[in-house]
Formats: sequence, C-alpha cells, structure tokens
Amino acid sequence: MRIIKSRAAGAIVTALAVTLIATGCSSERDGEGDSGGAKDTFVFGGPGDPGSLDPALASDGETFRVTRQAFEALLEHESGGSELAPGLAEKWSSDPAGKVWTFNLRKDVTFHDGEKFNAAAVCANYDYWFNWTGTYQSSAVSYYWQTVMGGFAKNEDPETPKANYKSCTAKDENTAVIEVNEPSANLPGGFSLQALAIHSPKALKEYAKQEATAKGDAITYPKYSQVAGTVAGTGPYKISEWNKGNKEVSLERFDDYWGTKAKIKNLVFRTIDTEDGRRQALQAGDIDGYDLVAPADVKTLENGKFQVPTRDVFNIFYVGMSQGKNAALKKPEVRQAIAHAIDRENLVKTQLPEGGVAATQFMPDTVAGYSDAVKTYPFDTAKAKSLLKDAGESALKVDFCYPTEVTRPYMPAPQDMFELMKADLEKAGITVTPKPMKWAPDYLDATEAGGCALHMLGWTGDFNDGYNFIGTWFAEFDKQWGFKDKAVFDALKTASAETDPAKRTDLYKKANETIMAYLPGVPISSSPPAIAFAADVNPPKVSPLTQENFAEVSFK
Amino acid sequence: MLRLVARRLLQLIPTLLGLSVLLFLWLNRLPGGPASAILGERATDAEVARINRALGLDEPVWVQYWRFIKRIFELDLGTSTQTGQPVWEEFTLRFPATVELSVAAILIAVVIGVPVGYFAARRRGSWLDVTAVSGSLLGICIPVFFLALLLKGLFAVNLGLFPSYGRLSTGIDATKITGFAVLDGVLTGEFDASWDAITHLVLPAVALASIPLAVIVRMTRASVLEVLGEDYVRTAESKGLDKRVVRGRHVLRNALLPVITAIGLLTGSLLSGAVLTESVFTFGGIGSFIRTSIDARDYPVLVGFILFIALVYVLINLLVDVAYSLIDPRVRVH
Repeated sequence: MRIIKSRAAGAIVTALAVTLIATGCSSERDGEGDSGGAKDTFVFGGPGDPGSLDPALASDGETFRVTRQAFEALLEHESGGSELAPGLAEKWSSDPAGKVWTFNLRKDVTFHDGEKFNAAAVCANYDYWFNWTGTYQSSAVSYYWQTVMGGFAKNEDPETPKANYKSCTAKDENTAVIEVNEPSANLPGGFSLQALAIHSPKALKEYAKQEATAKGDAITYPKYSQVAGTVAGTGPYKISEWNKGNKEVSLERFDDYWGTKAKIKNLVFRTIDTEDGRRQALQAGDIDGYDLVAPADVKTLENGKFQVPTRDVFNIFYVGMSQGKNAALKKPEVRQAIAHAIDRENLVKTQLPEGGVAATQFMPDTVAGYSDAVKTYPFDTAKAKSLLKDAGESALKVDFCYPTEVTRPYMPAPQDMFELMKADLEKAGITVTPKPMKWAPDYLDATEAGGCALHMLGWTGDFNDGYNFIGTWFAEFDKQWGFKDKAVFDALKTASAETDPAKRTDLYKKANETIMAYLPGVPISSSPPAIAFAADVNPPKVSPLTQENFAEVSFK
Repeated sequence: MLRLVARRLLQLIPTLLGLSVLLFLWLNRLPGGPASAILGERATDAEVARINRALGLDEPVWVQYWRFIKRIFELDLGTSTQTGQPVWEEFTLRFPATVELSVAAILIAVVIGVPVGYFAARRRGSWLDVTAVSGSLLGICIPVFFLALLLKGLFAVNLGLFPSYGRLSTGIDATKITGFAVLDGVLTGEFDASWDAITHLVLPAVALASIPLAVIVRMTRASVLEVLGEDYVRTAESKGLDKRVVRGRHVLRNALLPVITAIGLLTGSLLSGAVLTESVFTFGGIGSFIRTSIDARDYPVLVGFILFIALVYVLINLLVDVAYSLIDPRVRVH
C-alpha cells in the first residue's frame, strides 16, 4: 500500500507531464478551428469591451465598432473615406435655413426582427430619444444625442442644453422630415453618427419598458443593452451573443440584408486589452486582425508577412495650455515661446508611425476648413528664449501633466513624447515639473478641470466638419484652456450658424487663422492609426474615422 | 469539531464588519466620489449634485454606512461603474474562471511540490535535492507576470502549442451549468469543450503555480528534514519498524501539518494573485476584471472584491483548521 503511495506520486507527475504534452499537441490541431475551421468565422481583437449593445447609450469607439456592423444610420460615410454618403436614406436635403431636413429612405429594408423599415420607424427612434427621462438624460448615457440635438422634450436638469430637436414627420412611407429649432454645424454630420442609428420599432417598445437606473453607486444600464436578443438594426450582421465571461461578442450574417451581403458568415469581436497581447494573438494565429497597433510593432508585423494598412490621417494631437493654472500662460509671448520651443518634426519622425505629419492648426488637412494661411511657429529655441525674455519670464516654471498606461491613436507613446517635449522646453530655459497621472479618471478629470498648466491630449473626428474639431474646444469658455477671447468664440459662432457648406468651410478657415494667431495651445501632429490583419485576409477598406465595415472582409 | 466550525463562523462577523467600516471610510475619503467616477470627464457640477442626490450621497455618513451594510447583507454589492451592471452579477460571471485557474494552479503546486520536497529531504545533498532547492529559489524570484509572458511567448506564440489568450476558443461555450468550463463540458457530455478549456488553462495555471510550487517544495523539504531528526522517528526506526511505515505514518503525516497551513494561505493568495496572470492571458476571470477596475477606479467592484477575498481567507483558514484536527488529534483535544 505504501509503495503504491510513493509510486502514485511519481505516476501523477508523469501523467501531468504527458497531459501537458498531449494538450499542447491537441491545441495545435485545434488552432485551425480557432479561426473558424472552414474559415467561416473572422475573429477581430479590440482593446476594450463594448459598453452596450444599444449604440444610443454609448460614446466609445469599442461599442460602435461592434454595433456598426448591426445598426445603420440615416447617413453613412463613404467606404474608406470621410465624405458623407447615403445610408438608410438614399438622398437627403435641407431647406436654406438648415432647419428642415428631408430624407428619402431606401425601400425594401428589413430589420433583423422582421419589422419593416420606413419613415415611421425613423420618427419612432428620434421621438424615443427626444422623450428620454430620468437617468437617460445624464450626459454619461446620452452624450451624442445631446451633442447633436441638445436636450429633451422636458429637461430635468437646468444644466442640460436646450433642445434643438423639434419634430420628425413621416411625410409618406419613404420620406422622413426632421426639423430642428436652429441650424447647427453638427448637421448633417450628426445624422451619420452610430449613436443615432435606427432601431426596429418593435425592439424600441421593449427598450422603453426598461429604465436605466441610478442605484447603488452607479448607473445601471438596462438589461436589453447587455444581452443579445432584443436589439435589432438593419445592418449586414445581427448580434447573436455577448459572452462577457469570454470577452467576446458574436455576430451572424443577416441573410435578408438589403445591400451587398457579408462575405463571411460569423464575425467575432474579442477583447484583448494589451497591445502585446493582441499582437501575440495575431502572430499565434488565434485572431485574424486587431486594432490599435503600436507603431513599434508595425515593422515586425510587416516582416512577419502580416498586413498593416494605415488609415488616412483624421486626428490631432496637441499640447494644451491652461491659462487658469499658470498666469504666465496668459501672456501671448509665453505661449508663442512654448510653441517655438517644441520640435514637432522630431516628435513625428521618432514617435509616430509612417505617414504622421507635424500640425499647424487644431485639425488635420483632410478636414474641410483647413487653412494654409495660419500663423506658424517653427522650431526655434533661440526665438523661444528671446520671447520669454521679452515677456519677463526667463525663469518660467510650468507643470506638465501626461498620462501613464495608455496609448491613443493620436498618441502612441505618451511618456516618450512627454520626455522629448520636456527636453525641448528645458533647452529654451523653461523648468518643467513632470506630473504623471493615470489616464482615467485622474488625468482626464485634471485636464478637463484646467488643473494642468501644460498637458497633452488629442481627438479623432466623428465626421468631416471643422466644428467637430475646433468647435469642441474653442466655441465657448472651457476650463481646459481657461481663456475668454471674443474673437475666437465669435469666429466659431458665426461658422456654426452658416448653413451654406462652402461658406462655412471658408469661415472655418478664418476661424483657424484667428485661433492660431491667439494660440491657445500647440497643435503637435496628426498621425495615421494602423490596423493589422493576417496574411490570408482580404481586409476591409480602412476608414480615417475608424469606421471599418467588416461585411467587406473575406478570406483569400 | 462542530463547535470549532461554529466558533470560526461567528468570528467571521466582527472581521467582516471591521473591514466594512475601513472600506466605507476609505471610499468616503476618496477624491471626487462615486458621482465623478460615474459621470467621468463630461460631468457638470449640477449633474454631480443630481447623481449625489439620486444615490443618497448627500445624507449623513452613518445613514450611508447603514445602507451600505444593509446592501451587503442583501448580497447587493452595488453597480460596476465600468459596465453599468450589478457587481454581484459581474462576479458570478467571472469567479468560476478564476476559481478554476486557482484550483488548477494549486493542484499543480501540490501534486508536484509535496513529492519533490519530500524526496529532496530524504535524499539530502543529491542532484534531486540541489535541483529542487535551486529550482524553488528561481520560482520565488521570477515575477509571475514575467514567467507568464515568457511561457506565452514560447509555447503560444513561437511554438503554437497552446492558445495565447482567453478561456475558451471562439464559438465554444462550455459554461452552461456551474460556470466551470472543464466541469460543465463533462456534465453536458461535451468533452471537446472540456479539453478546449484545459488547453487554455495550462499556461496561466503553470505561471500562477510557480510561487506556490516553490513555497511548497521548500516547506515540505524543511519540514520533512525536521521530522526526520525527531526522537520518535529514531525510536521507531531503532525498534525495527518497517521503514515505509515510519516514513508514511510518522514522517510524512507530521511533516505535512505546516505545509497544509501554507497551502491554505497560498490558495487564498492565488485568487488575488491571478490579477497579473489573467491580464497577460486575457483570461476573462475576476483577475483581469479587477485590473481594469483599478484603472477605471471602479470602487464598488474593488470593495466587493476585497470583502470577498476576506471571506475566502476566513473560510480557507477554517478548512485548514478542520484539516489540521483531522490529521493531528492533539488539536481536537485542545
């Protein structure tokens, strides 16, 4: 008996070793199956979980990446570009005042739950959002509705913006008319937002029964938005399962789709939250593609025969200056000195992926309204020093906040970028105190509240309109910048109220010139974010707005 | 025995109550408070005030504490600010993965560690002993996340022997009954799913097992060596008792007592130690959820997790005491 005991220990060790080897071999065989076996499943790795299956409740790219495959808005963007294109509306127009928007809708469009798409369905959606109450009115829940349409039928909080949405009328089966109170620079671009994508009216009735609640310590999202089954759009894929434990959302091809059907039957989005993890999963053959490729990994992947297409530039990275935090920043010479002190070209060359460019203004050159006539502040340490001397700030000291443990499409390596800029500023005689912070909520809160004299942030556009960039920051007083300059605010107000797109573009150009003459911060760069695919994939057209349509994907 | 169990269970109450006071005070001292965590960067002052009213955060501290305690007793741990879903649901969704991983790791550690430690002591100075001692030193020195990255790079990425991430392959859902993928595959007769879950478990479990394995080898070895030098062992041997009886009944049984305590504590620490390993392998358990919760300052999740870990530690201690008294009758007498 005792002999058996000691032998048993040995046997167990041996069995374990054999199991390890056996499982390994089996795993290798199963590896083929991971990517779909007969290749009818495409697995894409994203950096974060989606927050909701209802895009109307979301404001983050990871949610939209998933829902975009299942929900369509009235307007879309051209595949691979940033120009507005027909979506569920074949044609659209507005009255000269920019207040009445008419949409000629597609015929023979069906929702995933069998409901018919028509003008009444469009109005049911807009009216549903407009009549939201309670927790739905929090900007944490309805951010994009508030951005595009202002407030609600009955605002419950005096801080909620005034409603700009007036009404939606189903003029006939295939014509929907949406009226707003005032013209807005966010229209028609806003009609293309995924957050305003159209849901099945039958599903909407189900949604309406479920309230988002503020209970316990947080907002609880309604159940329907967390479990596949209720949500129904008109897109080429329908959401079939959200396995939160396994961090994966599965979608199935929708065979009654009105347009070109998806080439691959199953689409799976899996969350792998580290850059290394995503790259390794692709290299190991566990996934077929992933997003947010680290610039340092691009060459490695290309050498390994992976495809790494880069999107067109549609973002801006900047150094913000908070005038409320450091009085010296109120002096134009000091702001100009900081702009001259930073070597943008070097940052672009050493830190950004190929295709990155130094910025001259707060929008990339792909956005309508970009001006070639803005005042520029080329790298010139001597000039920076002399400007500081003129301002009586030769011994300038500034805090410089930067985020840790995060990478953004416009900012692939924040700490390295910070170190380079710090060295540049110190060469010009500025004493920099580094303030590293955790991205969320510390860094975002601090920068939003104007708590950092200098800080670095950026933005990827939602749609191709200048206001979506410069209007976000400079249309009114914002603690982040802490300045009140009538010329800057007025320039944007005038541009926003202009309904003629050509005239508005000209006004944006002038606004850019006004902003860069005032110089509230330093625009640094725009860069093309990369996305990676396995060698056997025909990738979708990559989108500058990161709005890839995965129905275009196929295997070679 | 029953009295022992009852006494230990009663001790749970003041422990958890004390911890809850500390946690509650900690939560109340945090900058911004839950409202800013919920609303994030876009919050206006009025909105923060509205959320504070809605959540009752404008009431006296003792009222809030009472509500906090009441909720805990109702198993309502609040809502995750990251996912907008009840913390309890998020935990039940993810705990099976972590428990499965921890059990696999502790099994590897015990099954390999105890025999290796025992034979290293028995053959002191031999190659096995030298290998065991230096290997365990290495096991303790190498940070778990580094070993995890190393294992992943070699066995998943370069050799392609194991999956590089996740708990199950795409399209496989084995967690239908208990939530434990390996077990559910067996219960539903879907052995492929069990097998798939095991292949996903191997690398993270080996990485996670490294420290407990090293500790168990060293403790078993030291304990066996100590017992081997005891008078009663010499007496037993000099009486001419069968050596195997001496080793099994006297040496191993007595030497295992401190090792069992260590195994208990190691199991508890594994649950919290899974944070890094799960992150490296995107394992989808509570560990990687806690890491993202720390990043997002998801306090309800963190509080729930700390309370849960405390509960696990107390329960494991109880189990260790029970095991002790089963092995060593003297404990029962006292």
